[in-house]
Amino acid sequence: MPTDTERIHEIADQEYKYGFYTDVEADSIPPGLDESVVRLISAKKEEPEFLLEWRLKAYQHWLTLSEPKWPNVDYPTIDFQGIVYYSAPKGQGDGPKSLDEVDPELLETYKKLGIPLEEQELLAGVAVDAVFDSVSVATTFKDKLGELGIIFCSFSEAVREHSALIQKYLGSVVPYTDNFYAALNSAVFSDGSFCYIPEGVRCPMELSTYFRINAKNTGQFERTLIIAEKGSHVSYLEGCTAPMRDENQLHAAVVELVTHDDAQIKYSTIQNWYPGDDEGKGGIYNFVTKRGKCLGVNSKISWTQVETGSAITWKYPSVLLLGDNSIGEFYSVALTKKRQQADTGTKMIHVGKNTRSNVVSKGISAGHGQNTYRGLIKIGKGAKGARNYTQCDSMLIGDQCGAHTFPYIEVKNSTAHMEHEASTSKIGEDQMFYCQSRGLSAEDAVSMIVSGFCKEVLKQLPMEFAVEADRLLSVNLEGSVG
Amino acid sequence: MLEVKNLCVKAAGQEILRGVNLSVKAGEVHSIMGPNGSGKSTLAQVLAGRDSYEITAGEVTFQGQDLLELAPEDRARQGVFLAFQYPVEIPGVSNTYFLRASLNAIRKARGEEEISAMDFLGLVREKMALLKMDESLISRPVNEGFSGGEKKRNEVFQMAVLEPCLAIMDETDSGLDIDALKIVAEGVNRLRDENRAFIVVTHYQRLLDHIVPDYVHVLSAGRIIRTGDSGLARELEERGYSWLTEGNSEVVTSGEAV
Ligand SMILES: Nc1ncnc2c1ncn2[C@@H]1O[C@H](COP(=O)(O)OP(=O)(O)OP(=O)(O)O)[C@@H](O)[C@H]1O
Ligand SMILES: [Mg+2]
Repeated sequence: MPTDTERIHEIADQEYKYGFYTDVEADSIPPGLDESVVRLISAKKEEPEFLLEWRLKAYQHWLTLSEPKWPNVDYPTIDFQGIVYYSAPKGQGDGPKSLDEVDPELLETYKKLGIPLEEQELLAGVAVDAVFDSVSVATTFKDKLGELGIIFCSFSEAVREHSALIQKYLGSVVPYTDNFYAALNSAVFSDGSFCYIPEGVRCPMELSTYFRINAKNTGQFERTLIIAEKGSHVSYLEGCTAPMRDENQLHAAVVELVTHDDAQIKYSTIQNWYPGDDEGKGGIYNFVTKRGKCLGVNSKISWTQVETGSAITWKYPSVLLLGDNSIGEFYSVALTKKRQQADTGTKMIHVGKNTRSNVVSKGISAGHGQNTYRGLIKIGKGAKGARNYTQCDSMLIGDQCGAHTFPYIEVKNSTAHMEHEASTSKIGEDQMFYCQSRGLSAEDAVSMIVSGFCKEVLKQLPMEFAVEADRLLSVNLEGSVG
Repeated sequence: MLEVKNLCVKAAGQEILRGVNLSVKAGEVHSIMGPNGSGKSTLAQVLAGRDSYEITAGEVTFQGQDLLELAPEDRARQGVFLAFQYPVEIPGVSNTYFLRASLNAIRKARGEEEISAMDFLGLVREKMALLKMDESLISRPVNEGFSGGEKKRNEVFQMAVLEPCLAIMDETDSGLDIDALKIVAEGVNRLRDENRAFIVVTHYQRLLDHIVPDYVHVLSAGRIIRTGDSGLARELEERGYSWLTEGNSEVVTSGEAV
């Protein structure tokens, strides 16, 4: 009979189920990056002059930066000349028209991933934008949303059709000068999603983007921009997977959110990129900049993330609280197993009066996983009556993994009220034995304990996705134990 | 139903059980008493399958099969239940969710269908009434923030729902108030029938007034040093354990349990 510790190790080592590769003809450019590549990407997308200029400035700025080394993660230096910066399934180069024109091979791929794109089969009430390597291949429910004045389309299409909005908001939350990867993304981004919710409209369905990296040696650099006008509400979800490969692949996305007065954006992520194998070979480097700006009074931005994949995760979805009484939230579950490393957390920057932020982070480490929470709460001079609550819990499964917490606090207004709670627990032999003595298998016991631990975060997700996330957590913890 | 022969157990290199013999037949209630640290919980946990103990000698058969070979969940699925001396908290997992998963795992092993939500609700209601459980306790996370007595009552509630063949109750009475003790005892007595057996670990005669045992065993320094009927418990209540252990290391048996 294996001991609990042995079982826990087996459970921590389970296989990745989305690792298949789709054989589609691709229009790719050779690896490497210089100014001509930036121009080529822009030309392929027939972009307006302002965008090309912006890309070039970003590229010039990127050249002056070096890769950040402060995250608590460890990986070999990335060869930026070895990456392919543009790859699109043939015939999809200029974005989707209608589903009939989408390569059936691609539809099949998404079906296999559990994201059918045919509308009659869709999850009721969810509109999907499917991004395959560098381009968006399909967006569903566009017409229905259009009736309400909601724009939900690929980024490329938005550049063509709504260039005034792009020009106004692109880089307004994450400027290309923000950091190394944001600069790189700004120079070479290929596609992504764009949402615009007009004044007073409550989006009647979940909007979601499903990112898939397929081609080899390809970096995925997408941008998402969501604008919620006065009094509007939207809930948006992104999901991600990639094939299993021995080489590491870079995913450096930028997400910008803007809320005007009384508007709310809820942004949820279920990230399940390929994590690499048991020895840490392969897997996605997920280096992402996500930030929201609560521009208007009483507005609210809420980030929820369930991070189960990637070899390395490096991201801090943040909120800039400018409008008085605005609210920022961050709910996170990060699971690291095998050789996965995650350095994730949030920044809440309080500028307006009576701004509030709420941070709940749950880190789970199994196998040789390393999990770091890094959070900054900054209260500006004018942020009278600002309040923050941070709760940061770590759970260790087995004895070869690690959990680390780096909370940073900067307070420049004495009326601010801050609360911080942190805990680290080991998944107890006691808990395991208790569950097993009630007839539950070791596997079910681990997933039940973990899902209980993550409850506060999972309940923030839209219903269908909460179930999906719960399943994903248990699938990720599942092993050969029966 | 249960045969324990010469069971020797070590924990952290230390001998704790030194040759325990115990024979439990269906329909019987056995009480195990004994000084603190004598090995009562160790015996209970080893029977339920805790793997942090090293079994150095002896054998245990349960319904004709080698119990020690089975994983703890398989023991539970075959009808072994341990009411913990220190019930464990599982934050974020509701008591009903936990119990339903547990009941279904056991039913599945028996080749039965999963219980429907309606039937489960009915069952839970019935057992809650039996144990006078507060409604709020069963929707709260498993044992989290429960008072000592509430945790114990919850163990018996689980037992009542799962209806095990062999229930091992480790100091379920400790921490219960006088009324709760009666309620819990009543819950146990209702389950008593010719197909079920109980091993009741306790320090107090009081519980045995309500759950009258067929046999009382005294465990001391890892051995059963005396076995008697319910009268033995009364005698222990008056005289303590010293008269059994002083200058008398031989195993004394009365009655016919061993
Ligand atoms: N995992 C362990 N490691 C080391 N010693 C242990 C371990 N488990 C039990 N022991 C020791 O074994 C002895 C018996 O413990 P056990 O819990 O079985 O006693 P008990 O009879 O149930 O006592 P009580 O009446 O206080 O509940 C004690 O001395 C205890 O410290
Ligand atoms: Mg004990």
